[in-house]
Amino acid sequence: MTAERRAGTEGTRAAMQPLGPRGMGKIERPADAQATLRRLVGYFERFKTALVVVALLVVVYTVLGLLGPYLMGVALDRYVARRDAAGLGHIALVMLAAFFASNAVNFVANWIMASVSQRALKDIRTSLFTHLQSLPLSFFDTRPAGELMSRLTNDIDAINQAVAQNVTSLLASVLSMAGILIAMFVLDRWLALASVLVVPIMFWFTRFVAVYTRRGFKDLQRALGELNGVMEEGISGQKVVKIFRHGDAVAAAFRASNAEVYRTGVSANTYALLLMPLTSVLGNLFVIVLSGLGGFLALAGLVSVGVIATFITYGQNFINPLRQLSNLYNTIQAALAGAERVFQILDTKAEVDAAGEHPMGDIRGDVRFDHVGFSYVPGSPVITDMSLTAKAGEMVALVGPTGAGKTTIINLLTRFYELDGGAITIDGTDLRACSKADLRRKLGLVLQDTFLFANTVLENIRYGRLDATDEEVVAAAQVADADHFIRQLPQGYQTVLSERAGNLSQGQRQLLAIARTLLANPAILILDEATSSVDTRTEARIQKSLLRLMKGRTSFVIAHRLSTIRDANQVLVIDGGRIIERGTHAALIEAGGLYRQLYVSQFKGLSL
Amino acid sequence: MAYLGRLFGFIRPYRGLSIASLVFLAVLVCFDLAIPRLIQRIIDHGILEHDRGVVLWTAVLMLGISAVSTVIAIGNNVYSVRVGEGVARDLREALFLKIQSYSFGNLDRQKTGQLMVRLTSDVSAIKSLTQISLRIGTRAPLLMLGSLVLMVATSAELALTMLPLLVVTSALIVVFIMKMEPLFRVVQSKLDTLNNVLQENIAGARLVKSLVRADFEEERFAVANEEMTDRSIEVMKFTSAMMPALTLCVNVGMVVVIWSGGLEAIRGRLSVGQIVAFSNYMLTTMTPIVMMTMLSNTWAAGLASARRVHDILSTVSDVVDTPGATALPGDAKACVALDGVSFTYHGEGNEAVLEDIELRAEPGQTVAILGATGAGKSTLVNLVPRFYDVTSGTVSFADHDVRRLTQDSLIAQIGVVPQEALLFTGTIRDNIAYGRPGASDEEVVRAAKTAEAHDFVAKLPAGYDTHVEERGANFSGGQKQRLAIARALLLRPKLLLLDDSTSAVDVETETRIQDALEKDKDERTTIVVAQRISTVLKADRIYVLDKGRVVAAGTHHELMRASAIYQEIYESQLGRGVAVEPVAQESEVAQ
Repeated sequence: MTAERRAGTEGTRAAMQPLGPRGMGKIERPADAQATLRRLVGYFERFKTALVVVALLVVVYTVLGLLGPYLMGVALDRYVARRDAAGLGHIALVMLAAFFASNAVNFVANWIMASVSQRALKDIRTSLFTHLQSLPLSFFDTRPAGELMSRLTNDIDAINQAVAQNVTSLLASVLSMAGILIAMFVLDRWLALASVLVVPIMFWFTRFVAVYTRRGFKDLQRALGELNGVMEEGISGQKVVKIFRHGDAVAAAFRASNAEVYRTGVSANTYALLLMPLTSVLGNLFVIVLSGLGGFLALAGLVSVGVIATFITYGQNFINPLRQLSNLYNTIQAALAGAERVFQILDTKAEVDAAGEHPMGDIRGDVRFDHVGFSYVPGSPVITDMSLTAKAGEMVALVGPTGAGKTTIINLLTRFYELDGGAITIDGTDLRACSKADLRRKLGLVLQDTFLFANTVLENIRYGRLDATDEEVVAAAQVADADHFIRQLPQGYQTVLSERAGNLSQGQRQLLAIARTLLANPAILILDEATSSVDTRTEARIQKSLLRLMKGRTSFVIAHRLSTIRDANQVLVIDGGRIIERGTHAALIEAGGLYRQLYVSQFKGLSL
Repeated sequence: MAYLGRLFGFIRPYRGLSIASLVFLAVLVCFDLAIPRLIQRIIDHGILEHDRGVVLWTAVLMLGISAVSTVIAIGNNVYSVRVGEGVARDLREALFLKIQSYSFGNLDRQKTGQLMVRLTSDVSAIKSLTQISLRIGTRAPLLMLGSLVLMVATSAELALTMLPLLVVTSALIVVFIMKMEPLFRVVQSKLDTLNNVLQENIAGARLVKSLVRADFEEERFAVANEEMTDRSIEVMKFTSAMMPALTLCVNVGMVVVIWSGGLEAIRGRLSVGQIVAFSNYMLTTMTPIVMMTMLSNTWAAGLASARRVHDILSTVSDVVDTPGATALPGDAKACVALDGVSFTYHGEGNEAVLEDIELRAEPGQTVAILGATGAGKSTLVNLVPRFYDVTSGTVSFADHDVRRLTQDSLIAQIGVVPQEALLFTGTIRDNIAYGRPGASDEEVVRAAKTAEAHDFVAKLPAGYDTHVEERGANFSGGQKQRLAIARALLLRPKLLLLDDSTSAVDVETETRIQDALEKDKDERTTIVVAQRISTVLKADRIYVLDKGRVVAAGTHHELMRASAIYQEIYESQLGRGVAVEPVAQESEVAQ
């Protein structure tokens, strides 16, 4: 678990622990059940009154429920045996009333619990989401989005399963078992003792099954994990399997894994599924002991037939909750395990932020890096002793091989990650003295991979400035040269973008991002140029609208195109986390360093 | 209904076990039903007639039945689990092999995630369905039926008074299920909305943070959360009536038995033991009804899964060897020709991806295909190994129409480096030798050297024994591509297809790979697909593809002179802007 927390603060993919359950049939167990439970209960604190009422109602309905079988015995002994038809009618009415009241009270308790449990779950979801918003970007960078998502939904669902459906029935089960025990002892000591004997057998038996089941499921889980891995690779890599005619080997590996799942599955489930039929056999045994022993006691004149009948009914009511409890156990374990992981996220340290003693007003946009150092993993620096100056309105092109640290520079300027050493200033103010929110409002990002929401085009652009009017949105789209293609979409600006905006090309998505950023009107611009061209015409559009966007703003561009670089006021060649060359394009070609080498390699073997 | 037939087909091999399991179940039910009768005997003939022997022997008999029941229950359990797990295993195998047999076209229409769901959740649901049918699912109705019969046998009149109650209970269940379904659907859709907000905030965390939209997003989430909560409460309030209502039905039944049974007893037409037995039978009638309501979900889910699985298994691969297909001779020359080739993907609005393509590649030649995303380049390359079948025209290899060749013998001569360099878990050596597991270490190293992969592999602590994680997650895009090239080279293919396979490799390394390939280029025919013009400059012939058509063909110099569109691409990529550093797909965090 510490690995998890470390990943949250350090942001390394290596420190990430495998997330979430991988297969089916896993019985999960929380590491510290008590602490998790206590914390979970905390979410119910504000419903204390309602919960007390529910508890009282459950007591009432349990007691009323116990009354029925007792009255049945009384009816047999006192009225049927004595041939009192009128009395029988009366007691039948009383029984009816007791049953009716019991179920009505049960209904009310469930009704109240429905609100309480769902409101508490809502609070859990809200605090989870709010906390997610405050987490540093490294948290998201180090976890695959899909896995994080499925983990969150599964965990919340596991809590829901237990909280929504089982809390009252757990309480009712325990109460009615206790009530039945008391009632039985009041009615007849010997029969009660005989009944109670079943309990240790049942417990011993459940434990026996649970131990073997757990052992079996551990093996099954391992086998399933392996099989899922084989299947996942076999399917996602099917084309490669075909290309390399590897099908027979893949099928053989699959069969071996599949056979192992069968073997472990049979042994795990043979134990696990034993619980159900055997508890009902035990239930029969219970009835048999009661009627047999009851028979002898009755012959000795110690108990009446009615009491035996009452006991048999009680016995059934006693076995059922016991059976339920063993089922509940797994649900609750899974819920606690889920809750524990949710709490882990809640315990992940949020982004630190200055209170913003220096509120950022209008800024000019002079950016300075002063001996900046940074590493994602301590000990392997990504940025070393970097200093640079960008004057207001200047365009700075960042050039260099992959992994040189260009993206990191952007991550530091936006304060997605915190510096290890040195300082970054805007108009002379250290970024650490400003609030992140303030800072980010001054910055505009257009990245290669454009994120769009499953909403209309209009709302996606408006996301840049929420109070923008429709006209302003359209105007921004026009400046970004996006208006043209938007109008060709089926519903124009009202077209709803599908998940991951599959109905737009990469270039069109970038045009929307440019429009969105234009609307936000940031003082400083950060651009990551697309690497692979879309088609030449869209490409030209993007170039032009980017130029319009950069006009009058300080801009940092991770550049891949010579045209961009030529237009830049300064080019910074970055390698190994340092700026190794700086100057204009012409000056750098002149200097004949790495930049020239990169430039020339493009034309190697080509006579122009 | 065909899917039911198929499902039974999977159960057929376990006929013996299934029947044994059901026979056990029937015996178990008979024993269960005998118990109330025996209790009645203890009460009526033992206690009320003061016969100690009856009490003793009946109790012993019941204990004996109980013991036998235990053995039988275990037997049913062992057999039914075997059937369930066996069916699951066979289904998984059938599905997996079916998916392996799919053509590229079949596969394009499915998502990996969905197929995984078929193999896991759906198989699991069918397993539950099978097991439940051999256990409680059959036991409950048998028990109910038996109880009903015995109720009538115990007292037909009393049984008659139960009839309206049974009808009411059944009606209640039907009403509940019918009302609940739409309510649940609404909750599900609200949950989807909520999850969507969550999903967007996880995937778009960078955007939300950079625009400082936390408050806005929290508000969005709060609205979705509130709606979802309200709808859930609505459903739960509705269901909170269900169990009490059903319990009340059973309770009312009890009261009726005691009351009208008691009256009968007072008239001397019924014994006390019969009343007790009757009330026991009534409980065993009602409980299965409630239980089956809960099982109905399992049934419905299992059948829905069976239908989906059936769909997968009924899909026939759309590329299969034609009858009379011959094997490509081992000494065939790798001349590739496309004549008047057009291609349309199924279900893509019938818009042709490729139209009337003429292309020729001779042994020793390097032929390049240049074009923007979506121009149809990858599709064209995939037609040669017959991963897709042409819609019209012919693709030939060594003057054989590829459709007349067995696909296996054809693919054996071709090395493909696909666009996405997918690696498998295992060592680097395993991955390079993927197409020829028996390759020697020298061959592996030689292939790696040509692909410019040797240097970085040798620098790893474990070298060629370095473990490759799922999907090659521990390597950068460029490294994966180089390993994928080595993997294809190891086959020493007659035809090498490079599908934009150096897009994530920096230009210098790409040039070195090209130079290395140049050395023994006479041994093979090479077809290169690229977006980057620098990749194709030295090709013997460049085909420029635009919107599915070849718009120009020739060498670089010829095209520079004759083709406007080629000039335009050149201008945009190299003229005004050289891609000085064209790779940044990998985030630096990944390192």
